[in-house]
Amino acid sequence: MELLGYIIEQTINGLQLGAVYALIALGYTMVYGVLRLINFAHGDIFMLGAFIAYFLITKFGMPIYLVFIITMLSTGLAGYLIEKIAYKPLRNAPKISLLITAVGVSLFLEYFLSLNAIFTPNYIAFPRPFEIKTYDAALFTVTNIQLLIFTVTFVSLFLVYLLVYRTKYGKAMRAVSYDREVASLMGIGIDGIISFTFIVGASLAGLGGILYGIAYPQINVFMGIMPGIKSFIAAVLGGIGIVHGAVLGGFIIGLLEVFVSAFISSTFRDGLIFIILLLVLILKPSGIFGKRIEKV
Amino acid sequence: MRFFLESRKFLIVSAAAYILLKILFANNIISIYIQQITLFAFIVTIASLGLNVIYGYTGQFSLGHAAFYGIGAYTSAYLTKIFGIEGVFSFLPVLFISGVAAGFIGCLIGIPILRLRDDFLAIATLGFGTLVRVILDNSDRFTEVLGGSRGFVGITKIANLELTFFSALFIVLITKNLIYSRYGLFLRSIRDDELASTSIGINTSRMKLMAFSYGCMLAGIGGGLYAHLYTFLHPSNFDILKSIDFLIIVIIGGMGSIRGTIYASIIWVGFIEGLRIVLPVELLDLRWVVIPILLIALMMWKPYGLMAKK
Repeated sequence: MELLGYIIEQTINGLQLGAVYALIALGYTMVYGVLRLINFAHGDIFMLGAFIAYFLITKFGMPIYLVFIITMLSTGLAGYLIEKIAYKPLRNAPKISLLITAVGVSLFLEYFLSLNAIFTPNYIAFPRPFEIKTYDAALFTVTNIQLLIFTVTFVSLFLVYLLVYRTKYGKAMRAVSYDREVASLMGIGIDGIISFTFIVGASLAGLGGILYGIAYPQINVFMGIMPGIKSFIAAVLGGIGIVHGAVLGGFIIGLLEVFVSAFISSTFRDGLIFIILLLVLILKPSGIFGKRIEKV
Repeated sequence: MRFFLESRKFLIVSAAAYILLKILFANNIISIYIQQITLFAFIVTIASLGLNVIYGYTGQFSLGHAAFYGIGAYTSAYLTKIFGIEGVFSFLPVLFISGVAAGFIGCLIGIPILRLRDDFLAIATLGFGTLVRVILDNSDRFTEVLGGSRGFVGITKIANLELTFFSALFIVLITKNLIYSRYGLFLRSIRDDELASTSIGINTSRMKLMAFSYGCMLAGIGGGLYAHLYTFLHPSNFDILKSIDFLIIVIIGGMGSIRGTIYASIIWVGFIEGLRIVLPVELLDLRWVVIPILLIALMMWKPYGLMAKK
């Protein structure tokens, strides 16, 4: 019975981590959809979100809902600027140039922000914006942080779903991802849609950053690298370019990571995630929800 | 004989460079520190040439080159420690084995991942690099000698001017021969158009695998020399930043240019280590702020590299 409770508790932990991964993976998958680019800087926008939230809470003492709004707006702006400055001039360049630029943007953000004059490379304790309450169910416990993460994640996932599948913007995004040239012939402003996608993706990453900071209260400028890569793997696992695929992939990766840490060894969890990536790429590169079987 | 005639200019220049370096080294005209940097530049040349064969000539983007460099370094350090090797000549087989080990692992990992293209290959190689890093970090669980996250200490210093210089020279010549052979032509045609290459009967997957394994082997040889130059290995020396180092060298030198890679390796190592001398400690962190900006600017201005022919 105790084991069952332990398993349920670990499942909740896994879902909590998976929720953050799902939020980041959405940005990857949407940007990949419209631009066919792995935005390596996405993990760093996630980190930026955590840091902006940190400053809003500690320096300005803002209430938590304002923190969420302002952080998401600022990371959205960051995403917009990165796209305009770094990626747009390379719209017609070879694919690998764009990829190297993305790596460059990622390195720039990490090392610029890790300067001693800015955030410093040290770990910073993220403040608790509210007191932790633990609710006891029969077999397991759940904290209010976990409930907050689940609520926020599911609301935003629902909103993204509505945006992509029920609005004109979403239709335009899907059209651009299907065929950019034809979409532009149909009168869709490609640049605007790409910018919009970056803004949405970056604000979701910022949201993930706040939630991550609240749940795992230690932040660092290099904290975005591993969650970034893992979320990308989540997006690939679910089928890159597919919104619900990214969400499912995020939860699978989060659960696997927590279960491997709990039952095997936490040192090997990063290794396992990459073995999964290799397996997906070899066995079904189009991912769980991918329909077209094509050579990626 | 024809081979020597064709590369006579290169051989003369390298002989002159060797004599010059020998004089400088023998009389300690340049400090031990700069001597070490010079040798390191040759090691970086070897490993970067490997990446240039993979990326520059064959067009397979790899972000995990440092992993193979690390595999070579750890393999050779482990072997010299186990067999108690101290001489240069008895080290040569170890160096060869460490290269082969890295090449073999490159081949194993290349079979599945080389089916991928561009950005997916980048993520897969990046993933492999992180996997190797995790394994190295936990390597003391397998044998205590490897040191895990504490680092591999107490490696014999074997790499001297002769060993590094002639290894680099030998590898440059071999690579040049490879590139200008039939196979090299295949590799370049795969880079330019994979589909068209298949249609004229080139076994593209085998050629890509060959180029990848060869490139990884060079990284392994470079790593083996590195281990016996600095006598200390740490998993953090073989992470993504190191892979990006090699990538930057290939890009600066120009994709598909052996000469460019040699120049770029020497310039890059000199630049990075030179900044360490020139800049005060507070400003040293700025290096990795400026380098990405230069990289982005380079991509916008000359996407095929500074010294590329295109």
